Amino acid sequence: MSSFWSYWIIILTIACIAFCVVILTWNLKNHVGVKEGESTGHEFDGIEEINNPLPKWWTYMFYATLIWSVYYFAAYPGLGNYKGFLNWTSSNQGIKNLAESKAAVEQNRLEGKNVQLDREYAAANETYAKEFAKYTNRDVMDLAYDTEALKIGQRLFLQNCAQCHGSDARGQRGYPNLTDDDWLYGGTPDKIKETLLYGRKAAMPGWSDALGEQGIKEMTAYVLSLSGRKVNDKDAAAGKTKFGMCAACHGADGKGSLAHNLPFGAPNLTDNVWLYGGSHGAVEETLNKGRNGQMPAFKEILGEEKIHIISAYVYRLSRPEESSK
Amino acid sequence: MSKNYHEIFEKSAGWLAIGTVVAISFGTLVEITPLLFSKETTEPVDGLKPYTALQLEGRDIFIREGCTNCHSQMIRPFRHEVERYGHYSVAGESVWEHPFLWGSKRTGPDLARVGGRYSDDWHYAHLMDPRSVVPQSNMPGYPWLDENLLDGELTPKKMEIFNKLTKGKMHANDEDGVMYSAEEIAAATDSVKGKTEMQALIAYLQSLGTALK
Repeated sequence: MSSFWSYWIIILTIACIAFCVVILTWNLKNHVGVKEGESTGHEFDGIEEINNPLPKWWTYMFYATLIWSVYYFAAYPGLGNYKGFLNWTSSNQGIKNLAESKAAVEQNRLEGKNVQLDREYAAANETYAKEFAKYTNRDVMDLAYDTEALKIGQRLFLQNCAQCHGSDARGQRGYPNLTDDDWLYGGTPDKIKETLLYGRKAAMPGWSDALGEQGIKEMTAYVLSLSGRKVNDKDAAAGKTKFGMCAACHGADGKGSLAHNLPFGAPNLTDNVWLYGGSHGAVEETLNKGRNGQMPAFKEILGEEKIHIISAYVYRLSRPEESSK
Repeated sequence: MSKNYHEIFEKSAGWLAIGTVVAISFGTLVEITPLLFSKETTEPVDGLKPYTALQLEGRDIFIREGCTNCHSQMIRPFRHEVERYGHYSVAGESVWEHPFLWGSKRTGPDLARVGGRYSDDWHYAHLMDPRSVVPQSNMPGYPWLDENLLDGELTPKKMEIFNKLTKGKMHANDEDGVMYSAEEIAAATDSVKGKTEMQALIAYLQSLGTALK
């Protein structure tokens, strides 16, 4: 803030406080020309106004707030650029990017500044950092069979993952079920952690232009036949001849990209797990319009320590009955 | 006998009103006026980008549907808020907001950094029927947004207004110094025409809070 505006604030603020003091003190004396305790001559419906002094308790409270305001302006930043003797700020409001924000926190720590939010985090770190530290250096696989870690993982899952995957982690249309052992990008601890940290973005294109209405019908029949469904054999056979365009991601056998160690997240079409529904209509819609499933990246939101624990929880979700590895 | 000066205010509604305005204007003069000239509140954060035409339309739908009645866009610098929503909001993120949509009530969660938190598909499902993804939600559904189409007729005008409002507040290294170029304004109608209000709103939501990086 420029010094002009700083002085502007200081002068106006002090003037206001001084004005309050003057008004209050002036009003403690009788200025109305009527003796104390006598009628002012105002009367309405038989109710008479008596010239009484200001109540003592009220007057003292007013003075108390004025004294408090003087202390407050001395202690906290309120008067323009004056920082206050407590050197207090709530946060680092002037920052222009996250790097500056991090640098400011470090800078404040070195200078011993009294930043409210930094202090809250320091206090929390003192309490919780050792809790997380217990788990950070342990293997995800190991944590997956640690009751305490799983409890923390469940809390974090309910707060951050349940909106899509459901509180029971069974997913819903468009959001994978995490309790079966069917994976799009891999169910190893490392892969789960990778998914959580960096997110995933699936891109199944729509095929309505390439296949046409009849082609979609045939391909739907073939795709459903892969998981052993009863379909029109003629359609399925016709669909099979065009499956080459699908094979690039789903594999020639339709077993999905994971079975072929490819990172596309293309589902296995030969099982009976359907992310967007396995009805005739749903598969047709998928083929027509494509699908763009997206898992957001949580690295910046939750941090690696928490994701480490959630990974263990998610890993264990599909292995509920095992008591140890 | 001294004169009762206070009678002036007690007996004349006009003087009382004038006196009241003078008294409360000190608050404005001290707390608001200096902010209009302060660097922290007039310079954008480094990553701030103008809304695209579609996001701008989505923002108007956000306003029209009264989303601010239940959702704030202001993460306060408290640990419990920062943990849940992300980095606290800073003034530099709001310098182009007219009007700002900070809100003051949270029936639903804060949305200041909701951009990128959920997929577009999730937002679609959630806006159509919130309980389909969050069973305990008490948010109303907004299925008509998926039926209403944008015509984009007013979009260029809105962009021109934003150009005026943000004059002199663009990035220091921005050469032309305006939010939207003439070409962008000319292309605006076509870029939103035929899109649903749902698409616009989701585009807007996905942009929220992504400027601070």
